[in-house]
Amino acid sequence: MNKVLMSGNNIIGEAAIRAGCRFYAGYPITPQNELTEYMAEHMRKAEGGVFIQSESEVAAINMIAGASATGARVMTSSSSPGISLKQEGISSMAACELPGVIVNIMRGGPGLGNIRPSQGDYFQATRGGGHGDYRTMVFAPATCQELADLTMDAFDAADKYRTPVMILADGMMGQMMEPIIFKSPAPRVYPEKFMLRGAGSGKSKFIRGLLLDPIDAEEHNWKLARKYEVITEHETLCEEHNLEEADMVIVAYGTAARIAKGAIKRLRDHGMKIGLFRPITLWPFPELKLRALSAKVKNFLVFEMSTGQMLEDVRLALQGYAHIDFHGRPGGAVPTPAEFANVVARLYNKRD
Amino acid sequence: MAKIIFQKPKSLKEKIFHYCPGCGHSIVHRLMAEVIDEMGIQGITIGVPPAGCAVLAYNYFDVDMIESPHGRAPAMASGIKRMLPDRMVFCYQGDGDLAAIGLAESFHAANRGENITVIFINNAVYGMTGGQMAPTTLLNQKTTTSLAGRQTLLDGYPVKVSELFSQLEGSAYIERCMVNSPAFVNKTKKAIRKAFECQKAELGFSMVEILSACPTNWKMNTIDSCQWMDDVMSKVFPPGVFKDVTKATKKAAEVPS
Ligand SMILES: Cc1ncc(C[n+]2csc(CCOP(=O)(O)OP(=O)(O)O)c2C)c(N)n1
Ligand code: SF4
Repeated sequence: MNKVLMSGNNIIGEAAIRAGCRFYAGYPITPQNELTEYMAEHMRKAEGGVFIQSESEVAAINMIAGASATGARVMTSSSSPGISLKQEGISSMAACELPGVIVNIMRGGPGLGNIRPSQGDYFQATRGGGHGDYRTMVFAPATCQELADLTMDAFDAADKYRTPVMILADGMMGQMMEPIIFKSPAPRVYPEKFMLRGAGSGKSKFIRGLLLDPIDAEEHNWKLARKYEVITEHETLCEEHNLEEADMVIVAYGTAARIAKGAIKRLRDHGMKIGLFRPITLWPFPELKLRALSAKVKNFLVFEMSTGQMLEDVRLALQGYAHIDFHGRPGGAVPTPAEFANVVARLYNKRD
Repeated sequence: MAKIIFQKPKSLKEKIFHYCPGCGHSIVHRLMAEVIDEMGIQGITIGVPPAGCAVLAYNYFDVDMIESPHGRAPAMASGIKRMLPDRMVFCYQGDGDLAAIGLAESFHAANRGENITVIFINNAVYGMTGGQMAPTTLLNQKTTTSLAGRQTLLDGYPVKVSELFSQLEGSAYIERCMVNSPAFVNKTKKAIRKAFECQKAELGFSMVEILSACPTNWKMNTIDSCQWMDDVMSKVFPPGVFKDVTKATKKAAEVPS
């Protein structure tokens, strides 16, 4: 298969269409506009494809919920402030068990923040984000190839578990260009019984999340919780890089992990044994894999482009079995690998 | 053989409405079900009830339905209709839902000319949450959040949705009706039919605004509620057809080429 050179935002769009996504709604926001524009151009060319530029992110998420209910593969994308607006809809999709893919190309926050790459939406993405007891699966690609692969996988996961799935990347990933190969997507598996397409001559169906009887609602919540348990058990993904004989492990995802790899390369050249643990699914977090690592390694450094959000999951995973340092650059600041290497070297030399 | 002249519409389930006595929702549900039956579209109809007293409408309508978050039904319905253009898709919205929290979604669905039908229940209050002021609450009307009556300086003015939406080029059919007398009920049914026919003919956005009693939150009995709609409510929200492109379309079609 041929390699193609595309930018991150366009890759997500192309991968989605190739994966059979046939409905996209979105509202412009930097740094993800190229994705909306890509969908405007290419979704309408795909057979049966629908693109709507919605009046808001609130409308976009509800449009994809409606289209998802009909049985279509659906996607919306936005950046941080817009993702905040989608949260009621994401909660509703989780409650109604509607599959769909939501792309967050994160920017600096809080508030309007800025349009620089950031990782400040980790909590929002991994803790459900909206109201109620639910989770969304979160994929955190770190290369353009992963943007393509994980976008396709996100559609499969959304169908398999009938749940909204998030792709969490940042402005850097959205703008970056790398050569990639689009894999051929697996044929879709999604039973018709979940689709709302008019009852025909059969029995009418309804899809709802409102359960006024607390016992019914509790049962529904436990049903969702059991689904999340299965996801936690089967769907964690991570990359382990240079872990052999490491005496210090950096934990980072997405763009931060790329920077960390650059730093590690420099430091290894100076004989420092540093590895990288990169969660690829942020929820479910690869907790057990990370904990197992603490049997060998006693020094961890969490690096995020935030004030420390994934840090909490690392603490929960390591349960005090190892020492954890943190380095963060919030608000859209992105360190170079050289800058970060200095930070790591200082901590490496101070380790027990 | 006995001739059946009146029976429960097929498109209504065997369920007892949970609506209060005298509530307009029950009447409108029945009218819609009759229209759906008469048009033979039960199997191809998909309804979207958002939060509001009628959010449980799927318990009554025997058609495919999906609940929507408060105000968002027209966005959801847009998604459904775009994927299934040959199905009949309706939203069933209250006035808080359509004219306050969901104004953007409704306005833009109308403006895009989404080929859907909105049944808009204007009862001048928030029914489900216990009778707070709605965007359609009349001046001086008392609600639990406008205790001294709605004041223009504090609360602004009743929103006239039919007038507004009829200005949008995407809207095809907009009528305001009432369900406080048998004659008006019949008229409302005709309007609902017309709106659905409009969708069937793919003419664009259709909406029927229905002035509807909420005796519980108006703190009136049913008879007084019907009277109040005649004397007060319909003066602010005059019934009538505000937009009808079906005529224009017909005429254009009749013009010999
Ligand atoms: C985001 C959100 N805000 C508020 C509510 C609470 N709520 C439910 S229905 C409703 C208003 C109902 O009034 P209306 O739309 O006029 O319909 P009615 O009940 O009168 O038929 C409100 C405020 C909600 N469900 N969701
Ligand atoms: S509260 Fe009002 S709108 Fe709601 S069911 Fe009762 S009468 Fe109808």
